[in-house]
Amino acid sequence: MKYSSQKVAYAYFVAALGLFAIQVLGGLLAGWIYVSPNFLSELLPFNIVRMLHTNALVVWLLLGFFGAAYFIIPEESEREIHSVKLAYIQLIILVVGTLGAVVSYLFGIHEGREFLEQPLWVKVGILVAALIFLFNISMTVLKGRKTAITNILVIGLWALSLLWLFAFYNPDNLSLDKMYWWYVIHLWVEGTWELVMASILGFLMLKLTGVDREVIEKWLYIIVATALFSGILGTGHHYYWIGTPGYWQWIGSIFSTLEVIPFFLMMTFSFVMVWKGRKNHPNKAALLWSLGSATVAFFGAGVWGFLHTLHGVNFYSHGTQITAAHGHLAFFGAYVALNLAVFTYAMPMLKARSPYNQVLNMASFWLMTGGMSFMTFVLTFAGTIQTHMQRVVGEDFMSVQDQLTVFYIMRFGAGAAVVLGALLFIYSVLVPRKELFTESTGSTPEAKAVLEGGR
Amino acid sequence: MSEFLTKSRARNIFYGGSLFFIGIFGVLTIDSHLYIVNEATSKMPLTDEVVLGKHIWEKNSCINCHTLHGEGAYFAPEVGNVMTRWGVLDDPDDAAETLGAWMESQPSGIEGRRQMPHFELTDEEVRGLSEFLRWADKTNTQDWPPNDAG
Ligand code: HEM
Ligand SMILES: [Fe+2]
Repeated sequence: MKYSSQKVAYAYFVAALGLFAIQVLGGLLAGWIYVSPNFLSELLPFNIVRMLHTNALVVWLLLGFFGAAYFIIPEESEREIHSVKLAYIQLIILVVGTLGAVVSYLFGIHEGREFLEQPLWVKVGILVAALIFLFNISMTVLKGRKTAITNILVIGLWALSLLWLFAFYNPDNLSLDKMYWWYVIHLWVEGTWELVMASILGFLMLKLTGVDREVIEKWLYIIVATALFSGILGTGHHYYWIGTPGYWQWIGSIFSTLEVIPFFLMMTFSFVMVWKGRKNHPNKAALLWSLGSATVAFFGAGVWGFLHTLHGVNFYSHGTQITAAHGHLAFFGAYVALNLAVFTYAMPMLKARSPYNQVLNMASFWLMTGGMSFMTFVLTFAGTIQTHMQRVVGEDFMSVQDQLTVFYIMRFGAGAAVVLGALLFIYSVLVPRKELFTESTGSTPEAKAVLEGGR
Repeated sequence: MSEFLTKSRARNIFYGGSLFFIGIFGVLTIDSHLYIVNEATSKMPLTDEVVLGKHIWEKNSCINCHTLHGEGAYFAPEVGNVMTRWGVLDDPDDAAETLGAWMESQPSGIEGRRQMPHFELTDEEVRGLSEFLRWADKTNTQDWPPNDAG
């Protein structure tokens, strides 16, 4: 770690990991309700549990992105963060807002659009925090060295913050509401967040493989170009059946199919960089998470996204367990695993340790990735049966669901493995202090290399 | 390719192309906005009752169990066509009465069956909800869902 202000990332990562735990435990509970539907049904109904699960996910991913930006930008811009104090104020606002949202959900106080359930004051808090953040990083970047990595990262973060404004616009007309709702949801995960993902992945590859910056940055621009060229009009794959014009069926099908390209490129990019790179970086776990993220993102977002994105298919599969299968693997591969890759890479430096406990960390990778893959498979089977029975045969929703119990039991098992993996991950990056060392007391060259970001 | 496609070319393509697609998306948004207001949702007026119903729908986070036009959680049935399924689409009084009776009877308490919570709603709010669901059901959704099962 070359700049002391990078340290703020640590607080962001710890807060993110706390919410990560809440998210997966909430998910496990929701999975259990599928198996045993009377469980807690009066005290904590499914809809509340699901809000905790999805909201905790989105907020911790954002905290991770913010933290990653605070970690990456000083190194790329070659200067300290403009204001460390503002960075902490931003974090406090976000944590207070999040805890406020959690408590108010438990008391049944919330707004009612999926994923955007935060009470208005929390939404405003998020906006204020985002503005502080944008000011802070923009000042840092403007005064420092400009690189493609920071350029893309900052564009992505600016754009996602601007899109957040649509969270405040809730027209009375349901179809309008839905159309603009996707401006936040789709244009986040299949647009702006991809920019953030690509630049973070680029940074990790730069550090872990030692490939020439020039090569990496050209790849990055190609990746993000394909992401936005496909993803913006790809929004149309949500405009098939909500009251929007019929032409979206063609525009949405064609452009969202092209959305597979950036995910394919990110996967190819990572492997090619590792193959070309001469550097043997000691943080093997960070490399595993980086490659794993790019790969699982390709399957979760790319392959499972394409599976149901053509309007002829989507007509039958829309809003079934197929959607759930895709949503889970895409979020995990693209954004959860990527965040965990940054945490794994940065934590040893932030805590001044050598990259200890690679084994536990890597075990958590396989537990989580195995669990998520299995969950995706069983939900895909459940969704296929549901689609046929309900959408083709026309059997009633509840009676179809009754016949899917065995899949939901397996899904719960898969979820338990993921929770175990998540807790193991949190333990492995935060707790063990085996090879504790400081720079002054002299350390192995390997440990030193990690401290300095693997140079 | 590496000769022709330099880093700065790649960057300029990214900027120019993105602006181009944002532009097209903007135009199509305006067109879709007008289409929704003037055609897709024009079969039934957007009355105060419908607006109240949407508010109740949101206040109780119904979307985190049900789907509406296929969006939401996948834990409970689609409600974008529930009024058709119940056969009360064109009868506002019958719709409100049927929905009120349904809401009143929840939770079913049946062992092993997914439970819907009990919501304390006034008659006016139930009426709003049923008008909202009728309004949604009358939206032109390009013939989705494929059948009444939703
Ligand atoms: C990392 C990127 C992605 C993430 C995190 C993601 C996540 C999600 C989530 C959570 C939903 C459900 C939204 C809801 O609640 O209604 C969804 C829906 C959908 N996604 Fe993705 N997605 C990603 C990329 C893609 C890609 C690349 C494609 C196409 C190739 C795609 C195709 C779809 C389609 C067609 C739906 C609608 C499903 C339905 O009709 O029910 N997604 N996605
Ligand atoms: Fe999408």
